[in-house]
Amino acid sequence: MKILVCISHVPDTTSKINFTDGDTKFDTNGVQFVINPNDEFGLTRAMWFKEKQGATVDVVNVGGPETEPTLRKALAIGADGAIRVNTTATDGFAVAKQLADVIKNGSYDLVIAGRESIDYNGGMVPGMIAGLTNANFVNNCISLEVDGTNAKAVREIDGGKETVSTTLPLVIGGQKGLVEESDLRIPNMRGIMMARQKPLTIVEPNGITTETTTVKFEKPAPKGAVKLVSPDNLDELVNLLHNEAKVI
Amino acid sequence: MNTMYFTEEHQLFRQSLQDFLKKEVVPHIDKWEKTGTIERFIWKKFGDMGFFGLNYPEQYGGLNLDLFYTVIFLEELQKINSGGFAAAMWAHAYLAMTHVNKEGNHEIKEKYLTPSITGDKIGCLCITEPFGGSDVAGMRTTAEKKGDTYVLNGSKTFITNGIYSDYLVVAAKTNPDAGHHGMSIFILDRDTKGVSATKLDKLGWRASDTGEIAFDNVVVPANQLMGEEGKGFPYIMQHFALERLIMGINAHARAEFALEYALQYMSERTAFGKTIDKFQALRHKVADFYTEMEICKEFNYSVAYRLNKGEYVVKEATMSKLQSTKMADEVIYGCLQFLGGYGYMEDYPLARLLRDSRLGPIGGGTSEILREIIAKMVIDKKDYKPAT
Repeated sequence: MKILVCISHVPDTTSKINFTDGDTKFDTNGVQFVINPNDEFGLTRAMWFKEKQGATVDVVNVGGPETEPTLRKALAIGADGAIRVNTTATDGFAVAKQLADVIKNGSYDLVIAGRESIDYNGGMVPGMIAGLTNANFVNNCISLEVDGTNAKAVREIDGGKETVSTTLPLVIGGQKGLVEESDLRIPNMRGIMMARQKPLTIVEPNGITTETTTVKFEKPAPKGAVKLVSPDNLDELVNLLHNEAKVI
Repeated sequence: MNTMYFTEEHQLFRQSLQDFLKKEVVPHIDKWEKTGTIERFIWKKFGDMGFFGLNYPEQYGGLNLDLFYTVIFLEELQKINSGGFAAAMWAHAYLAMTHVNKEGNHEIKEKYLTPSITGDKIGCLCITEPFGGSDVAGMRTTAEKKGDTYVLNGSKTFITNGIYSDYLVVAAKTNPDAGHHGMSIFILDRDTKGVSATKLDKLGWRASDTGEIAFDNVVVPANQLMGEEGKGFPYIMQHFALERLIMGINAHARAEFALEYALQYMSERTAFGKTIDKFQALRHKVADFYTEMEICKEFNYSVAYRLNKGEYVVKEATMSKLQSTKMADEVIYGCLQFLGGYGYMEDYPLARLLRDSRLGPIGGGTSEILREIIAKMVIDKKDYKPAT
């Protein structure tokens, strides 16, 4: 089984978020980047398929050279090879088109993508690449087992779970549940050293043009001061909620 | 990232180590600080990750990497705020294991170095004695040769990993009349008859099992002698360069940690309507502290670079420890002051950091002794030669 794990290079969740160029670009200055958490759950599950079922695992990212440390980390965790599509990731459709070409050229049986990246939260790419490659698709996937060309996936639905039976080729939009946080792997020294020897292939983009343009980013308004109300003073609490917060 | 010394692989290692410490070590630190015992499982996890083999030959399971991996190992250990835990790790990996690697023969390395790299055996280095610390040549522990054995008598103190380690690297006089020419290095197992240890209570480094060790007619097979008989003193002196540089690097790293923590605190703490990082009196102190810390860090990196190339940097490593530990004490004292009353509370990291830092100008050669060594080198033109 050939597995491709799509890896987004995203800011660490503790990063301070700022914008430049008239609030149209994300300011990467001083920001630490990591593997998108939803993708890391998928990568860890892919490592399980590699170790238990002999799968080969490649990782792919659409981005500039600055994303290579993230791919190297995936190699250090255990991926066999990495592919970087050498273009800036703009919108979901552009990324999906690039990834679709990589998937077709590599004849992958299973594509694991995070259900969304934690930076732009588009949540579009997994579904789009399934459509573009004529593969089956399970989103919000929290469990995945593969037996030959048959797959059994569990996906999270509102208030419960749904078990789905399907076949390869398959694209999943994965999330926590594929593995637990305690299962995530930290690269050991052997892995880090071996990552140097593994192939990181750079492919040029297929020339697709971006269909959307960012006009402006905005941050949520800063939180106001906290007002403490005595538990004995319910009238004051009602007054504040009604007249000041205007929520009741 | 300082790209003059650190590559992308170094950076990947730093991130990996940070993640590992956060996940596997930090949740246990407060417990280990209270009990003074570092649980055994974490040694094995360090070994499994390959952290004890950074600097050692592949033949024995190491990775034979450059010294800047060690620099990262030391720096990150200082940034989880337990000088005692950090000391336990680096005393094993760079005090005991350095002697095993440099002076041990193949059999000794297979028996002790390989399991030290995997985290299955913990080592300690026993040099300091109750009657003299920095006066290494004046040590009183003896190793009298009897047939194909040596018999050790004497005592050692302030030994990091002195209680729970599995083996001991011990300096003893094989010819007491020959001064420092009569010293040799032995390796022996913890359970050897006649070895006993007592745990010491200390100001800081509370997670570390610092101990006093007694040797009462301890019979050691002659093949447990490491290196040549009578060469113990130059072996020790040679490795002191690395030990002092380690303590210099530790010092700049904990000062940096203190500054990072204090700056975050100062950006949130308000007084008189503004955050306290806006007060000029404090801003100028921060500027001075950062300047002093960065100068030490850059100097330490340059000494590490030269040591990595094989240069004999005993003078520079001595200067590194002397200056960096002084700087760290001053910076941490000042950072605690920035936190006011909270700095004095155990719920905040500066109290422990202050205690732990105080060991810097004492352990591994007091600042007074280091000044004597530097003075001898720069005034009297004394040249400390490496062991050959």
